[in-house]
Amino acid sequence: MSLPALADRAIVLQAHAADWRAAVRLAGDALVDSGCTTAEYTEAMLRLVETHGPYIVIAPGLALAHARPGPEVRHDGLSVVTLAEPVEFGHAHNDPVSVVIGLAGVAADAHLSAVADLANAFNDSSAIQALSRATNREDARAILEGRRVP
Amino acid sequence: MKIVAICGAGIGSSGILKVNAERVLQRLGVTATVIAADIDSVARVAADAQVILTSEEFVEAIGRTHADVIVVRNYFDTDELTQKLTDAVG
Repeated sequence: MSLPALADRAIVLQAHAADWRAAVRLAGDALVDSGCTTAEYTEAMLRLVETHGPYIVIAPGLALAHARPGPEVRHDGLSVVTLAEPVEFGHAHNDPVSVVIGLAGVAADAHLSAVADLANAFNDSSAIQALSRATNREDARAILEGRRVP
Repeated sequence: MKIVAICGAGIGSSGILKVNAERVLQRLGVTATVIAADIDSVARVAADAQVILTSEEFVEAIGRTHADVIVVRNYFDTDELTQKLTDAVG
């Protein structure tokens, strides 16, 4: 999949999360609300961090919440959550997190073209901070699609 | 050359690493196959790999290997990847 235009329900801006679990849950809920996943996928995303640690914080300020493809995924999709107050995931270098991207794919290869698009957007090192400050969905979409006006 | 990107699920974060490593290697003029895999399959998938890209969290679980294990902090920072891959394959 390449990045679909994100549904309104997949974008949650300036949300409040008490801790990393709540932050991941917000990204999972947004995937559920936009019809991509069932609630079990959210639990699988949480388990991945509980099992392996906070490695999903793959860049300063950004967590990529995801789990394996499986029956919990109805169709490919992304969600974007920005946090009004950043939360600690316990990562050695990239805390605190203000942007959580939820990623769901029916199959592993579907993930790959979506992550290529994500890489395009975030290889611009200012994109995470810009996204964390976005106050409307159109700005957030523009940043994710790499068509942001500085 | 074979390079394996390792994460917990074998998709998502290792996919980001794969995509960015391929971009960097192309710029460096290095011909390599980059595979994204999960930590449970590392022994099998990385048995003949020269380089493993991963996060700090997985270094212990990767264990003994003939490959160079490169720990990446910022998966989107192609400058960091360029420097670390140059040191490993250059």
